[in-house]
Amino acid sequence: MSDEAAPPVRARGLVKRYKEVLAVDHIDLNVRSGDVYGFLGPNGAGKTTTLRMALGLIVPTEGTVELFGRNPLHQGARALEGVAGFVEAPRFYPYLTARKNLELLAALDGDGARARIAEVLDVVELTPRAGHRVGGFSHGMRQRLGIAAALLRRPRLLILDEPATGLDPAGMRDMRLLIRRLADDGITVLLSSHQLPEVQELCDRVAIVDSGRVVYEGALADLRRQGGAGYRLHTTDDARALELARAQQGVEHVSASEHGLAFQSQERDVGELSLTLAAAGIGILALTPELATLEDLFFRLTEGNGDGTGADGAGRGMHLPSGTGAPAGAALASADSTVGIG
Amino acid sequence: MSSATAAAGAASSAAAASAHPRRPFTLTVYRWELRKLVSQKRTYLGLALVMILPLFFVVFQNVHQRHDHADNIFAAQITQSGLATPVLMLLFLSVFLLPVVAALVAGDIFANEDGNGTLKTILTRSVDRGQVFAAKALAAMSYAALAVFAAAAVATVAGVASWGFHSVRTFSDTIVSAPEALLLVFAINVAYLIPMVAIVGIGVLLSAATRNSAAAVVGTIGLVILLFIVAQIPGLEGIRPYLLTEQLQNWQGLLRTPTDWGPIAHSAWVCALYAVPALFAGYLVLLRRDVAGG
Repeated sequence: MSDEAAPPVRARGLVKRYKEVLAVDHIDLNVRSGDVYGFLGPNGAGKTTTLRMALGLIVPTEGTVELFGRNPLHQGARALEGVAGFVEAPRFYPYLTARKNLELLAALDGDGARARIAEVLDVVELTPRAGHRVGGFSHGMRQRLGIAAALLRRPRLLILDEPATGLDPAGMRDMRLLIRRLADDGITVLLSSHQLPEVQELCDRVAIVDSGRVVYEGALADLRRQGGAGYRLHTTDDARALELARAQQGVEHVSASEHGLAFQSQERDVGELSLTLAAAGIGILALTPELATLEDLFFRLTEGNGDGTGADGAGRGMHLPSGTGAPAGAALASADSTVGIG
Repeated sequence: MSSATAAAGAASSAAAASAHPRRPFTLTVYRWELRKLVSQKRTYLGLALVMILPLFFVVFQNVHQRHDHADNIFAAQITQSGLATPVLMLLFLSVFLLPVVAALVAGDIFANEDGNGTLKTILTRSVDRGQVFAAKALAAMSYAALAVFAAAAVATVAGVASWGFHSVRTFSDTIVSAPEALLLVFAINVAYLIPMVAIVGIGVLLSAATRNSAAAVVGTIGLVILLFIVAQIPGLEGIRPYLLTEQLQNWQGLLRTPTDWGPIAHSAWVCALYAVPALFAGYLVLLRRDVAGG
């Protein structure tokens, strides 16, 4: 496959084991050209380890990762052509100025990168501080310098690990704006983040990892559609409606509160329920679909469901509508996504 | 950063980036390694030490006017020719101080970047690990050479300023002219670089392997001390000629007439036995290790 045709990131069966600790457990990733790809997971889920493997910084115990069809392990720096970014916080030489740091990195990039220094400093609005030593920079300024250093390479793939971490709200907004702009300019972005609103706003596809395993990979819209088939019902007699809903086939996770009933169901089963309620003489005052937020879905996917199955992910998963639920250990495939339960 | 419009300019050329951009040469990486050394204060500490000691020695000699160092031919003629000073200083510094100064930088050269997290920064650019290793090893050797010649230069200038540019007697009791003596001073310092390369190689290996500056520096110095101790153990005389520390004085062969090349040649291959495996092992360590710090 030529460099141009190959996907920006393709990982297959990535495993990283540190003695007894399994940091990454058979992760598959498929970042397509033009994606703003969110890489989500709680602390210690294996995100940064995966990104390090992608950049060739650490050696996978098993599996392969390719960037534009090139393996960093076998092809070294050549595999990183057109790739830039940082893992964890971007690091610079504190005793050098911002400009000197960029000059150094440009020298290590070749390809006329030095000529772009003023331009990238301007992009991240660090031109006035270019002559200052990085040792005196704030966290946010270093993050911005990290972006500038990445842009020096004219990347086709930008790998960013928690770029907004530690930034103030204005800095986070600016960072989101910049990433959006870079993506609009045709750069594929692999964005590891804790910031769920950031991912929701920026990303079109996501992988959610937990305990070193991918528990969801696919389009964000699909995830929300699958996880968000919840409804809220308010009737003239909620107590009886609760009984009928619980008895109704295809209606699951029914609960009652002062605001009415909540349940999950497929659309056709909601129709059946409304007919049942009508037949029982119960008036429907409100029946509203509720789309789950990414935050809801994230926690459903990454937090245990109370069965005490431990950290290996077994028994975990999101509550999916009837008919789409997959047994533990199985994978649910939609047109564009995969949800691995357990 | 809100002026993200400029981002378009910086990044829009991404798609237009050439398929295989020209990669930097190792010499470029080496040049930047030197610049990094130049930019760090601690680089100057070792240099200052090896430059101050000859000055201190010359001042001390001038103040006390002591000429009774009869145990060494160059000590005995210290006030007769300024060119005896750099030889005497090399005798003094070569045993321990110069190896320590070399170890300070060599042991730090990878570990410092590991600690700061900058190793990952440079390894995600367009240079291979092999290039980074070669550049760093060369930079550490360059620093060691600079320390050796800086000490020699200061000792020569201070000695000549104090006691004149005169001929000297060598270990063979042969008198060599001042210009020839100056050439010899240069030559003995070049010869002294042979064991220094081995010490730097060991320091670089420990720096890459331990990822800890203190451990690498102390480990290198510790090895030198250990070899000194081994050399003193009765019954181990047979291995003494092959100890790295024994090579630290082999440059003295150049101060005999005719020149005794034997110790220099011996030093060259013995030091190669230390330096080559150490550097190769260091390269392999860097090539295969995870860069997970920072």
